[in-house]
Amino acid sequence: MASKIVPKKTPMRERPPQERVKSFKEVPFGYSPEEAITEAKRCLQCKKPTCIPGCPVEIDIPGFIKFIAEGDFAGSIKCLKEKNVLPAVCGRVCPQEDQCEKLCVLTKKFEPVAVGRLERFAADWEATQGESPIPELPKSTGKRTAVIGAGPGGLTVAGDLSRVGHAVTIFEALHKPGGVLVYGIPEFRLPKSTIYREVDYLIRCGVELKLDFVVGKTATIDQLLKDFDAVYIGTGAGLPWFMNIPGENLNGIYSANEYLTRANLMKAYLFPEYDTPIVRGKRVAVIGGGNVAMDCARTALRLGADEVRIVYRRSRKEMPARDEEIHHGEEEGIIFEFLTLPVKYVGDEYSWVKEMECLRMKLGEPDASGRRRPVPIEGSNYITAVDTAVCAIGQSPNPLIPQTTPDLKIGKWGNIEADEKTGKTSKKGCWAGGDVVRGGATVILAMGDARVAARSIDEYLKTGVW
Amino acid sequence: MYKVLKREKIVPNIHLLVIESDAIYKNAQAGEFVVVRADERGERIPLNLVDWDKNSVSMMFMEIGTSTRKFAALKAGDEIATLVGPLGKPTEMTKGKKILCLGGCYGIGALYPVIRAFKEQDNTVVTAIEARSAYLLYWQEKLKKYSDEFYEITRDGTQGLQGHINDFLQEYLRTNAVDLVYVQGCTYLTYLSSETTRPYGIKTIVGLNPIMVDATGMCGVCRVIINGETKFGCVDGPEFDGHQVDWENLLSRRKIYLKEEVYSLSFYECEKYG
Ligand SMILES: Cc1cc2nc3c(=O)[nH]c(=O)nc-3n(C[C@H](O)[C@H](O)[C@H](O)COP(=O)(O)OP(=O)(O)OC[C@H]3O[C@@H](n4cnc5c(N)ncnc54)[C@H](O)[C@@H]3O)c2cc1C
Ligand SMILES: Cc1cc2nc3c(=O)[nH]c(=O)nc-3n(C[C@H](O)[C@H](O)[C@H](O)COP(=O)(O)OP(=O)(O)OC[C@H]3O[C@@H](n4cnc5c(N)ncnc54)[C@H](O)[C@@H]3O)c2cc1C
Ligand code: SF4
Ligand code: SF4
Ligand code: FES
Repeated sequence: MASKIVPKKTPMRERPPQERVKSFKEVPFGYSPEEAITEAKRCLQCKKPTCIPGCPVEIDIPGFIKFIAEGDFAGSIKCLKEKNVLPAVCGRVCPQEDQCEKLCVLTKKFEPVAVGRLERFAADWEATQGESPIPELPKSTGKRTAVIGAGPGGLTVAGDLSRVGHAVTIFEALHKPGGVLVYGIPEFRLPKSTIYREVDYLIRCGVELKLDFVVGKTATIDQLLKDFDAVYIGTGAGLPWFMNIPGENLNGIYSANEYLTRANLMKAYLFPEYDTPIVRGKRVAVIGGGNVAMDCARTALRLGADEVRIVYRRSRKEMPARDEEIHHGEEEGIIFEFLTLPVKYVGDEYSWVKEMECLRMKLGEPDASGRRRPVPIEGSNYITAVDTAVCAIGQSPNPLIPQTTPDLKIGKWGNIEADEKTGKTSKKGCWAGGDVVRGGATVILAMGDARVAARSIDEYLKTGVW
Repeated sequence: MYKVLKREKIVPNIHLLVIESDAIYKNAQAGEFVVVRADERGERIPLNLVDWDKNSVSMMFMEIGTSTRKFAALKAGDEIATLVGPLGKPTEMTKGKKILCLGGCYGIGALYPVIRAFKEQDNTVVTAIEARSAYLLYWQEKLKKYSDEFYEITRDGTQGLQGHINDFLQEYLRTNAVDLVYVQGCTYLTYLSSETTRPYGIKTIVGLNPIMVDATGMCGVCRVIINGETKFGCVDGPEFDGHQVDWENLLSRRKIYLKEEVYSLSFYECEKYG
């Protein structure tokens, strides 16, 4: 079978750039069954698959792909769901090029097997088959776990624990579950319906979901521990950073979180049918070089901007955003200004931003992260007109829970400290994982942490040993 | 969904809203607020808690834009989409002090739990409420119950003293020693009060109302400049020292969406009334 390897991935059809910048509809269409089978057949079904260790939740990659190659899509999704409760999400947003696909044997000579696209295909196929069947649930153990935060991490813990018979209640601060998947990542990259479907599945499996509940305010962790045997903290990294440069509080300057939350969670792109407004800028600058910045820039285009610029202080090579996203952005006409650092905003007489002063940079010696440090070029300041700026330079965990839980050990970035092998925090009965521990990371790492913690919680609930 | 137990017009444009809730009262404290959203398409807006018990929370709101218009149309038995709280930092409590508490428009209601808490901590409470005219003042009896002195101020003189809040403040502070001034109401009132007490050097705590979305510290839209430093109104406030607030910035940030708000309201009215 391996005699003739097809060198390239089966391409995935996409909405053309001119059409997609006018709508929030998803950009790639996904594989047809024929395309999926063709791609699945590229997999060599290695005896010792090198791809699996690249997946933080250890999906049986050749296993699920084999089912697709044989046309048994139901078998494929069943195999995927044994390890991953959110395959439709991961297939879309995992940085596969740095994970499973990077380690595929084919990459030595060819393009890797399109693991992500196949995963997405299986999950999307399932969605067309009506409500997914609920697995048989074991008898209740009578033990109760509180999960804080309905992001990918929290949802994974809830799924894993309910599957072994523990009762789970998820407490979520916002009015919708999904975490960053819902308030941050835009519809054109991840349709919200895929997430709600998975959450709905969990609820049908008996998980209780309490929205509009801010732990640290509505109830503290210590108060929850009176009613629950264990607590998992998966509250993410939701505190936006600003640059603290002059003029940053002028009107028209957003944090990425505000910009994306208005657009996604509150559906401001449908204003006035939806009540929450957003500024539809014409000349938009987005500061930063990660996925978050790319999402903001592409959102700004879709809100009708004439010109959207990504302003990043290093070069293209150092950009942390996924290649696929940068490529999509380029196709859509986003302008990239590398080696550039904003130093000041200037407002008009109504306190609206009208100009941004920037400094050109050059790359110096490598810094702690191993990337070459950007250093300012003296006297290179210049001024450019903007009417909207979005600051997407990073975020850290929200302090609400640490402030109200004094015996929880906190690291220097405000992150909760948790043991890597178990997810245990310094506080008895409390586990943590995902972005609240790692700072901004990825969906699948949050889910990997959750899996580790769920195993440890299960053990604790059974044995009572901390 | 959360059930509306009561919605009552108290004075023109100001309404009391009582919503069913068995979670919020447990940790609720004076000075805190909730976020509400009328329906699936609605905006998240913050409103101060004016009271709470085992089954419910109460808010007092002024009808201005689309969101508050939607709330003003509610009746008992209806449901709202979101209710979350308590949020923000509670009012910092003192003991045995003399405190001058000022309220205007919705702030008259917002004052109620705060003066109750001040009184319970053995403070001497002087309460003053203000409005354009007598028919806009409300809750006098409720407020008097926790006040050692009680004043009403109307701009047209139809009730109590005639004038602005600053006229009253200047007169009172000239003749009385006060440890703390506390103000709830629109930005103009909090601003004017702070500027009036500044020369007297009396600490003045004001409830600010920057625009908010999540109200948990996640978006940063609520940022206010306090003593030159950027703070988040929803988690670091909403109460701050009025002498440290950058009022110009606050006033301009409150107007970010003025154009959209007007458009939103006319859209809502067209949809509703054709
Ligand atoms: C714009 C954007 C784009 C991204 N793109 C990608 C991508 O393409 N690929 C990828 O792998 N990763 C991406 N990421 C990162 C990824 O989304 C996160 O790493 C992941 O969501 C972390 O999951 P989590 O479960 O730890 O937390 P989150 O997803 O942050 O969820 C935390 C949840 O907890 C809730 N919460 C917080 N505090 C409280 C409280 N006190 N009480 C109750 N609830 C609370 C929050 O409201 C939230 O719903 C992106 C992130 C952003 C912001
Ligand atoms: C912490 C906090 C607590 C609050 N507590 C209360 C409360 O207890 N009761 C209450 O009625 N409001 C309160 N507010 C203000 C309230 O949130 C706004 O009035 C509300 O969001 C208006 O929504 P809307 O859609 O009806 O009007 P919008 O369409 O959003 O606003 C219409 C216009 O009126 C202006 N405006 C808004 N609010 C005021 C105001 N209070 N005074 C003068 N002009 C205003 C806006 O700038 C805007 O231009 C509070 C705000 C904060 C931040
Ligand atoms: S979950 Fe992510 S890393 Fe794992 S196989 Fe799927 S796409 Fe690859
Ligand atoms: S390493 Fe590549 S070819 Fe081998 S099993 Fe994994 S996906 Fe298939
Ligand atoms: S309202 Fe979003 S951070 Fe305060």
